[in-house]
Amino acid sequence: MSPVGAPALLEVQIAHKAFVTASGARLDVLRDLAFTLDPGELGAFVGPSGCGKTTMLKIVAGLDADYRGRVVLPAAAKLGMVFQEPRLLHWRTVEQNVRLVAAAATADRLAELFHMLGLWEHRTHYPGELSVGLARRVALARALAIEPDLLILDEPFASLDAPLARRLRDELAALVDRLKITTMLVTHDVEEAIGLADRLFLLSARPAHILAEIPIAMRRSERSPNEIASIKDEIARQLRPLAT
Amino acid sequence: MLRLASLALLLAIWWLGALYAGEQMLPGPVTVLDAIIAEARSGELFLNLGATLLRVALAFALAMAAGTAIGLLMGRVAIADRVGDPWLVVLLNLPALVIIVLAYVWGGLTETAAIAAVAINKLPNAIVTVREGARALDPGLDEMARVFGMARTTVLRHVVLPQLAPFLAAAARSGLALVWKIVLVVELLGRPNGVGFQIGVAFQLFDVTRILAYALAFVGVMLSIESLLVQPLERRVSRWRARVA
Repeated sequence: MSPVGAPALLEVQIAHKAFVTASGARLDVLRDLAFTLDPGELGAFVGPSGCGKTTMLKIVAGLDADYRGRVVLPAAAKLGMVFQEPRLLHWRTVEQNVRLVAAAATADRLAELFHMLGLWEHRTHYPGELSVGLARRVALARALAIEPDLLILDEPFASLDAPLARRLRDELAALVDRLKITTMLVTHDVEEAIGLADRLFLLSARPAHILAEIPIAMRRSERSPNEIASIKDEIARQLRPLAT
Repeated sequence: MLRLASLALLLAIWWLGALYAGEQMLPGPVTVLDAIIAEARSGELFLNLGATLLRVALAFALAMAAGTAIGLLMGRVAIADRVGDPWLVVLLNLPALVIIVLAYVWGGLTETAAIAAVAINKLPNAIVTVREGARALDPGLDEMARVFGMARTTVLRHVVLPQLAPFLAAAARSGLALVWKIVLVVELLGRPNGVGFQIGVAFQLFDVTRILAYALAFVGVMLSIESLLVQPLERRVSRWRARVA
């Protein structure tokens, strides 16, 4: 997919990934799942619950080496990840949490990040004192503070109420446009994916592979709820032959 | 307030018991206090308390350090747990007295043998507690640390140890109480000074006053360590918890 001369930042070819369940049965999770992401591109991965999205992310993040295939990233690429849960250290303040992974970040850079994400007043608070939405923003700040080459977001807005999810999504869209970080976003929410993605990857049910790859050319800032709905309809129309 | 009243009640029962049993069998609080003051004046008290305290500190530090390392390993690595568990069961069920006597037989009546014997007695206890803590470590935080490429020492210090803190505190609390009791036995059996040695001498002379004087003086020392060192440290380590709304 990458234009000639500009190599993809991330190249993923997972031939096969299986789990052995507690009862001893083998569960095929991923099969022939392949895609690339160009530098600065946001790829959104949408699929049914339990189709192996998180497994795919873990493999890309280097947390799971037990699979057949390959993941190609530039040497010494920095990864920033926002997990489904914030995974903050409860015994460190917001700022100390971010500092721990981003020791090299300057005070100015951190201040800018905290202001951008509305965390400035909360930087001396402990995670236990934060709301869920704030804790997720801290997790996002932590991932951005290291200036990652690849940002991995695993359902970053799941279990948030709709208005908060919408606000965080808009904030993320603005950030992505500004910072131009190559990003993998996993979600089960098609509208969320359409609102954020440069390219949409539709995943099949287990064992997951990519059913369709849909570029979205419209500028992120112009994607109103109406536009998103019409893109969604368009995708559904294209997919109808595939689904049957 | 209630604690003070409870303590006063204990003193009153002691005093009444002394009246009933006679000074020979159970000297009263005032007699024991006089004995403590006399021992303090001669300097004997501080010498013996100091010797015991030093042994407690060394054995405690040794057992906690080794116990934390082994407990972490056994809690995190399945093979280490399977290999180490039978040893642990043997060690847990070996009577303190056996370990002490064997240490003196094999190592001679030396300070090293004494401290090693106490540390080995405390060790399985620390391992079991820390192992539980290591098993309860959050795998999610572990993954987070790996994705962000944290250095091993950073992970240990800022991710693992804070999660272990409650378990380490529990091991330290029960450990301190256990260690000082065993140190007294070790001193009784093979050391020329310390609270245990003094109590041994007093036992031979049926000097109950002296036994109580040394025991209570040392309980006082341990209580001050608990309230001046252990509790403030616990508060500091868990300060993030106190602020949770």
